[in-house]
Amino acid sequence: MWYRGGIGHWSWLLHRLTGVGVLLFLCLHILDTSLIALGPQHYNAIMGVYRLPLFRVLEVGLVASVLFHALNGVRIILIDVWVDLTRIHRLLFQIQMACFTLVMMPVAWIMLRPLLVQ
Amino acid sequence: MQLDIQIKRFNPEQDREPQWREYTVTLEPTDRVLDALHAVKWHHDGSLAFRRSCAHGICGSDGMMINGRNRLACKVLIKDLRQPIMVEPMRGFPVVKDLIVDMAGFFDKYRSVRPYLISDEAPPRTERLQSPAERERYEDTTKCILCGACTTSCPSFWANSAYVGPAAIVQAHRFIFDSRDQGRAERSAILNQASGVWRCRTIFNCTDACPRGINVTKAIGEVKKLLVKAATRPPHPPPTRD
Ligand code: SF4
Ligand code: FES
Repeated sequence: MWYRGGIGHWSWLLHRLTGVGVLLFLCLHILDTSLIALGPQHYNAIMGVYRLPLFRVLEVGLVASVLFHALNGVRIILIDVWVDLTRIHRLLFQIQMACFTLVMMPVAWIMLRPLLVQ
Repeated sequence: MQLDIQIKRFNPEQDREPQWREYTVTLEPTDRVLDALHAVKWHHDGSLAFRRSCAHGICGSDGMMINGRNRLACKVLIKDLRQPIMVEPMRGFPVVKDLIVDMAGFFDKYRSVRPYLISDEAPPRTERLQSPAERERYEDTTKCILCGACTTSCPSFWANSAYVGPAAIVQAHRFIFDSRDQGRAERSAILNQASGVWRCRTIFNCTDACPRGINVTKAIGEVKKLLVKAATRPPHPPPTRD
């Protein structure tokens, strides 16, 4: 059975997953940009794939991953520097998620609008 | 009331893999999980193995995973749990039998942080005195009963059993911040290793699991800060400018 930890446990797990996700994207990105070395037609082909609507949705996921990872990292750093914050770490996480939502809503709208209003 | 309890059983002489077995026992809602284990052992299957001694949250012998969280069986009331109650051994330690885990490595780590007073001073004729404020400094970490709930709830420990673990750091904290103790440098050197405090990722599972309500994450954080301070402090007093 999965360990039923609290907020700290699940945020740590998400931190890991988003971290690995962003790393995979970086590797992919290095690969696709290096295709230019093989010639512009290959590079343009892969860029065409990226323009598919599915990739737009994945890009929103990428932004969300980077944002979550960054905000969560800041929360951990704050707690590590001011250890008394350990007492209110759940509240800090809620504030973090509020910021996340506030930023993601307009970003997702801006990124997905072209798909929706086509 | 009728209570369904599932226990992860493992007999090293018969089983290759642990197996879940279900039992139905009759208990009061205000009874504890330990009473349920007793009911199983005394009335259903005498071969069930688990540790317990005080039965009152003092000795720390009955740490186990109850409904997916580390708890002391003698401190959790049945009415506070969802049924069927799932009981399994603490994760990350080798299972000896059923709910009994091998804690030898755990106590080796405990001993590795020198959990006793280190002082060069000759023992005074009476007590070694300290002020109430000095005593308060490490009050929280004196409460540890070495149950292992924190260490076995820690993903860093699951991933790497070389990690000294929250319990040993709590014990080190109890002496590092004691004004009468002089072993800070020794303990810092141990906790500053790759297997020391830096494996902590501030996940809070230890704090959530601790049956004594110790703020384990804060204690670990204080040790981390102490190590950072010691590393960034100039080795000699800075030269004075004229
Ligand atoms: S710090 Fe708490 S959870 Fe960890 S060993 Fe001590 S009493 Fe148990
Ligand atoms: S039996 Fe002693 S702490 Fe539970």
